[in-house]
Order: sequence, then C-alpha cells, then structure tokens
Amino acid sequence: MSSGDLAWVLMSAAMVAFMTPGLAFFYGGMVRSKNILGMLMQNIFAMGIVSVLWITIGFTLAFGGDGPIIGNLAHAFGRDLWDGDGGLLAFFAFQMMFAVITPALISGATADRLKFSSYAWFVAVWSLLVYSPVAHWVFGAGGWILEMGTEDFAGGAAIHINAGIAALVVVVILGPRHGHGSEPMPPHNLPQTVLGTGILWFGWFGFNAGSALAANGIAAQALVNTHVAAAAGMLGWLAIERVKTGHATTLGACSGAVAGLVAITPCAGFVGGYSGVVIGALAGLICYAALGIKERFGFDDSLDVIAVHLVGGIVGTLLLGFFGEAAINGVDGLFHGGGIDLLVDQFVGALGVLAYSGAVTFVIATVIDRTLGLRVTADEELVGLDQTQHAESAYQA
Amino acid sequence: MKLVTAVIKPFKLDEVKDALKAAGVAGITVTEVRGFGRQGGHTETYRGAEYKIDFVPKVRLDVVVDDAQVDGVIDTITSSAATGKIGDGKVWVTEVGRIVRIRTGEEGADAV
Repeated sequence: MSSGDLAWVLMSAAMVAFMTPGLAFFYGGMVRSKNILGMLMQNIFAMGIVSVLWITIGFTLAFGGDGPIIGNLAHAFGRDLWDGDGGLLAFFAFQMMFAVITPALISGATADRLKFSSYAWFVAVWSLLVYSPVAHWVFGAGGWILEMGTEDFAGGAAIHINAGIAALVVVVILGPRHGHGSEPMPPHNLPQTVLGTGILWFGWFGFNAGSALAANGIAAQALVNTHVAAAAGMLGWLAIERVKTGHATTLGACSGAVAGLVAITPCAGFVGGYSGVVIGALAGLICYAALGIKERFGFDDSLDVIAVHLVGGIVGTLLLGFFGEAAINGVDGLFHGGGIDLLVDQFVGALGVLAYSGAVTFVIATVIDRTLGLRVTADEELVGLDQTQHAESAYQA
Repeated sequence: MKLVTAVIKPFKLDEVKDALKAAGVAGITVTEVRGFGRQGGHTETYRGAEYKIDFVPKVRLDVVVDDAQVDGVIDTITSSAATGKIGDGKVWVTEVGRIVRIRTGEEGADAV
C-alpha cells in the first residue's frame, strides 16, 4: 500500500472509531434520563468486547482465505497481520471499527429494557456468528454475495440491513417497553442527539470514502456523495414531516440526515453526478414513511432502528441497481444502460443477508432469553437501567 | 409578616425581580417548578408521534414582607408578570409565624 493510501485508510479507521461514541449520543439523547448511561454503556462496551474478539478471531473469520462461506483461522490471535508495509494492518483496523459499530446499532431498538449482562453475551456471540460470516460474504475475497455480483461499497447490506433485521428480531422477542403506547416517552436531551448526529456525519466520511481503501478519485466521489445524500436526506425528511405534522423538528433533521447517510453507504463509490442527492432524498422520504411500520405490526422499536437502518439499508442497496455508473467504478445500473442484472444481484444479496441474519439472530436471542433472560425485571425497568444495571446516575439533582 | 408566593411565566422573572427591587423588597427566593392550571399542557412532536406534555414549566417566587408592604408587593407582581394571556400564574399570601436572620439572630420586622 502506498504511503498516501495508508495515511487515508488509517485516518478513516480513526474516524469510523469515533462514530460509535457518536451513535451513543445520537441514541442517548432520545432515551429517558434514567436510561442514558445504559445506552451510552451499551455502545461504548461494544468498542471493548468487539475489538478484542476481532483481533482474537473475528477478523480472520471474516477476511481470512477466499472461501465462499467463511474465512479461516490464519490470523487468529493477531497472527500474520504484519505484511511488510502495514497495508493489512490498516485494513484490519478499518474493518474492526465496522465490526464494532454494527452490533451497537441494534441497541437503539432495544433501548430501556435490555439486561446489560445479556446484551454483553448477545453482542459477543452475534459479532462472531452473524457479523463475521456476513462481512465475509459481502466484503471478503471469494464471498458468495460478492462473487455473485452484488455491490456494497461500505456496508448497506453487511452493516445496515444486517443490524436492522437483527434489531427487528430482537425487539419482537423482547417485547415492548413498560408503558409503551400509553405513556409518553419523549427524548430527554435532544442536544445530545444533534451532537451525535454531527459526529456520525463526520465519521461517515471515513466510513464511506475510506472504503475506497485508497486515497483516490473513488474516495473523493464517495465523500461528495456521502455529504450530499445526508443533506438531501435531511431535506426530504423535513419536507414530509412539515406537511404531515406542521413542524420541521430538530430530531427530524437529524433522523433524515442519518437516513440519507445509511442509504448512500452501499452506493457511495459507485454513483456520480446528482445521484447522491436523489438517493438521499428518497431515503429521507421512505424512512419517514417507514416509521409507521412499527405501529402497523405492534412492535416497540424504541428509537426507529428498523425504519432508519433496515429500510434505509434496503433502499440504498436496491437504488444502486438503478444509479450505478460504470464510468465511476465499473458497474452500470438500470438508468445507465446496465439492464436489470445489477438490480437483481442487489436484491438477492439483500435477501441473503436478511434471511441469514434474521434466522441466526433469532436463535441467539431466543437462547439468551431462555437462559439468562434478555429483559430486566419490571421493577428494574421502572427505576431505570442506569441505577439497576450500572449503579450510577447520569444527572445529579 | 406575610409570605407572598407567586407562580409566574419564566420569561417574566427578570421584569418581576426588577419591579420588586424598585419597590424596596430586600430579597426573593426563586424556584423552577412545573405544574398545570387552566392553561393545561402543550403538545410536542417526536418523529411524527405527538405527545401531550401535561406539566408546564413555571417559576415560583417567595417573598417575606412586612404587613404594610403586602398589598404593594402583590400589585407590583401582578402588574409586572401580566401578559394578559392564559397561564400568567397566581399570587397568594400566607401568614408567617416567626422569622429569624441567621447571621445576627434578629427577629420579626428587623429580619425581613
């Protein structure tokens, strides 16, 4: 790897690492004040547990060898990561930050009621049994989804669909929060959510432009697409919100920007021109509309991980089948004369991730629920996670 | 001696404080409180879902005054806190049994 590429990938790894604390505050502002430390802790803890698992075995399961289904054990316990110029180490570090944030995304759906010890087990097992194989399929040499022709620039399928469907499965098993639907649970500190959005937005430049794995034109294209999609996602969400409720809200601006960022993630290095704006705006509109899904089916996705990450991930993954441009990075979608092939590959790839992640998450969550119990007791839930799970309070009277 | 208590709109606090100072009141105690009266609550929107917020933020003032000052203080508060819109708040008066200045031990009118 050239020194320029190495510098950019290392910088990007650091930027993606910053996204998890950003996500913690994005979510943290939206929960009630008795659960803020519980939320921050679930995110920050993912940085601890997943990173150690990643160097122990997670990385090699995802990126060792070139089989279709799973990696190998060649790099277990950090073995043979030194390749002379640091290129493999930079890649290892960059991918580690993806592995950290993916299970952390789920914590928004299960907010306010997940027992911490069970969360710890869930994240560890999920990271190895779900994230590593899916990352191998989508990003790893020889992975079946990659080989089939599905394109996922920075993880629309591997990260957002993957975490989104897992969030859906876990909240169905977990059940709704005490008082859901009957008592208001407004966000306790939206300024934290705005701050978290800013950190996520900034980190996303590393996430998407870093996924070029080089300091080149594709990285520049991905960075521009990322920013304009976030901007258009914000405007799309605010427009529909203003029409439907009469107000453009701060939370709506943040949610729309994140929806745009999620949707551009798979497309970032494959589309050009005005496509990023269109993809972002569509994501803002569609993800807003998807907020109604949870009411329709009666599950309690506390912070709308399904509407934003699952739906946003699907929107972006499929839209690449329309907007891909070979002139940018080798693949043409439907709108650029590539026919329907790419769209079909995108659809099948998304379906593969949905099916595998949904099924294995169901098994993991069910086993933990039957043994340790996923939920805190009703009393603990009423008192709040901060005091009952961590013996701390965020705010002193 | 009387304790004059007022619950007012938070943004009126500075005006009321200045008016009371000008009227010769020596000290006030301020507390941020929440409650509802005829104004009721208001609605807030989060991701398209509307929430009714029942308790409205208000500021509570406590002023201990000499009997002779009571009517003047009430007039000052009511005129400086009024906007004419619903939710302006209330003023009420309570009898004070005994009052002591902690530093000097003075009691009664001297301690006000």
